[in-house]
Amino acid sequence: MAFAAFGPSQPVVAGAGKKSSPIVLALLLPGIIYLGLFFLTPLISLIITAVEVPDASGAIGAYNYGFDISNFGYVATHYFQQILRSFLYATIATVLALLISYPLAYFIGVRMRRFAVLQRILVTLVIAPFFISFLLRTLAWKQLLADNSWAIETLKALHLMGANDYFIGTPGSVIFGLTYNFIPFMTLPLYTTLERLDLRLLEAGSDLYANSRHVFTRVTLPITLPGIISGTLLTFIPISGDYVNASANYLGSSKTSMIGNMVEADFLQNLQYPSAAALSVLFMAVILVLVWVYVKKSGTEDLL
Amino acid sequence: MANSLANTGADLELRGIRKEFPGFTAIEELDLKVPAGQFFALLGPSGCGKTTTLRIVAGLEQPSSGSVFLGGKDITATKPHERAVNTVFQSYALFPHMTVLENVAFGLRQRKIDSPLEKAGEALKLVELQHLAERRPQQLSGGQQQRVALARALVNRPSLLLLDEPLGALDLKLRRQMQIELKAIQMEVGLTFLHVTHDQEEAMDMADVVAVMNKGRIEQMGAPEVLYDRPKTVFVSKFLGQSNLFIGDVVEENGNALSINVAGSKITVPKARAEKHSGKIAIGVRPEKADFHEDVAPNVGADTNLIGPGEIIDIRFTGVSNQYLIEIPNIGQVTVFAQNIGKSPETQLGAKVWVTWKVEHAFGLADLPAGSGE
Repeated sequence: MAFAAFGPSQPVVAGAGKKSSPIVLALLLPGIIYLGLFFLTPLISLIITAVEVPDASGAIGAYNYGFDISNFGYVATHYFQQILRSFLYATIATVLALLISYPLAYFIGVRMRRFAVLQRILVTLVIAPFFISFLLRTLAWKQLLADNSWAIETLKALHLMGANDYFIGTPGSVIFGLTYNFIPFMTLPLYTTLERLDLRLLEAGSDLYANSRHVFTRVTLPITLPGIISGTLLTFIPISGDYVNASANYLGSSKTSMIGNMVEADFLQNLQYPSAAALSVLFMAVILVLVWVYVKKSGTEDLL
Repeated sequence: MANSLANTGADLELRGIRKEFPGFTAIEELDLKVPAGQFFALLGPSGCGKTTTLRIVAGLEQPSSGSVFLGGKDITATKPHERAVNTVFQSYALFPHMTVLENVAFGLRQRKIDSPLEKAGEALKLVELQHLAERRPQQLSGGQQQRVALARALVNRPSLLLLDEPLGALDLKLRRQMQIELKAIQMEVGLTFLHVTHDQEEAMDMADVVAVMNKGRIEQMGAPEVLYDRPKTVFVSKFLGQSNLFIGDVVEENGNALSINVAGSKITVPKARAEKHSGKIAIGVRPEKADFHEDVAPNVGADTNLIGPGEIIDIRFTGVSNQYLIEIPNIGQVTVFAQNIGKSPETQLGAKVWVTWKVEHAFGLADLPAGSGE
């Protein structure tokens, strides 16, 4: 919709863009070289690896150039459970992050407008966890939620958990970790949209007979949709590829493994490079399709 | 809910409204009655409390004390969405995520009224924008957005329509055109309009009754002609048009007139047009009611005030009239507007002149300008 607003001025912009001076080219060159070397080359290498065939010698980890697309069929069936689990966990964690972040971002971005300093402190607090390593924080949660930890013992004492129940290693603990680790990526885009929200529009809504619930669903929510879309994309994509939280070394177990864990295992432990590469490429393709459909459906194409 | 909304205007009454914000008082004390079907203007400089008054009527702000009555019912405690009142906001506040048509239909949809899009289309026709129904508000010009905002409010047929400086963002020509349209629409639909503005011309041009607000109070209220002809306070005399003010002690009182002494000159005002009849008072006259005479003092009767001689120190040509600034020793500066009707010879800067005006055009004020003692 922002595109359409700029409609009339588009020819002028196009005309100005044609004047590509050597300076512009020189400024773009480092970026192009960087992307070529560190994004495009590995991507092509990954795709080539994905269709390689095992060496005739049968040596472990030895593969030759080939064109064996059956690798894709193999990973799609063999890792079907993990693929499904990844998207299921990612969906649940994204929804949880949205439900937690929206009120938080609304509070900071709207209610705290009159207190500029406090507002800035609160935004800093949202990103404060990033000052400590992601791995350390996840390990800390493993300690806090371990079977004999204070939190779990208390829940057991209150009979909210059975004597033999445990939390670490369950899908719940993985989703908890994923939600916790990615919440700032949801809160920040929501905050930037809500901070700019024109409150006079909400007043106009209530003036036009909408009660507070309808003002929220028909004015606030649609206007802040771009923030919701970018927030959910920024959480959903990395969560579905995450391999730390679901790993048995952190909050998961062998029963909670996600795509990332399988890619890691195939690349580093099983030395099944083509299968790992095929899984990565497949995952990337599925994500691209999902995101494309999602953005189309929500009518916020200008984000892409 | 839907049937509680009247199809014609309703009386609005504000009783003892006071509004305090942390650190300052926006409205000191306000009593106001707007009869149904009237076009009422609240006029005042920014910060005088007029917008706060409007927001209290809309329900967007709660008064610290006092009550709001609409059609005889106390609505002070009701929420904005429960009031049969709609507002045309200063910023228009059109929903950017909806088409123009959906914007106009919003209120109808909320109240679950049949065929909202059809009715919204009709409202757009009223403001001559039906051809832009499918556009987004941000693709429209300021004047078009203003008309959409008006249609969005009017389509609900509120008992009372609030206008918060809706013409402020428009250029002069468009503003005049919109004023005429707005007035025509008000006559057509017969709603009660409460219009907030700082533009005195706009208020006088459109409103049946104007209330001049200053520092959280209504200074004077009445028909525009009455307000202009007989301002009662210094603020009103200066805010609504221009005024020449003369301050002096009452020295003579006879029958139906009284005179003050201003540096030796006698200035007379009819008693019926003076707020105060004794002590030190201010008497004023509008610049277009005053006249000046060159070279020799004119012979005037008791029905005319005469001061001078003075010197013309500035001449401004505004098209319709010439504005002369005359410095009179011991009295001060006096402004005289002379209609530009091609009279010659033209008066030159530095000319020695006497200023006269009819006693019946003078008005006596209740207060004195700031810094004039007492």
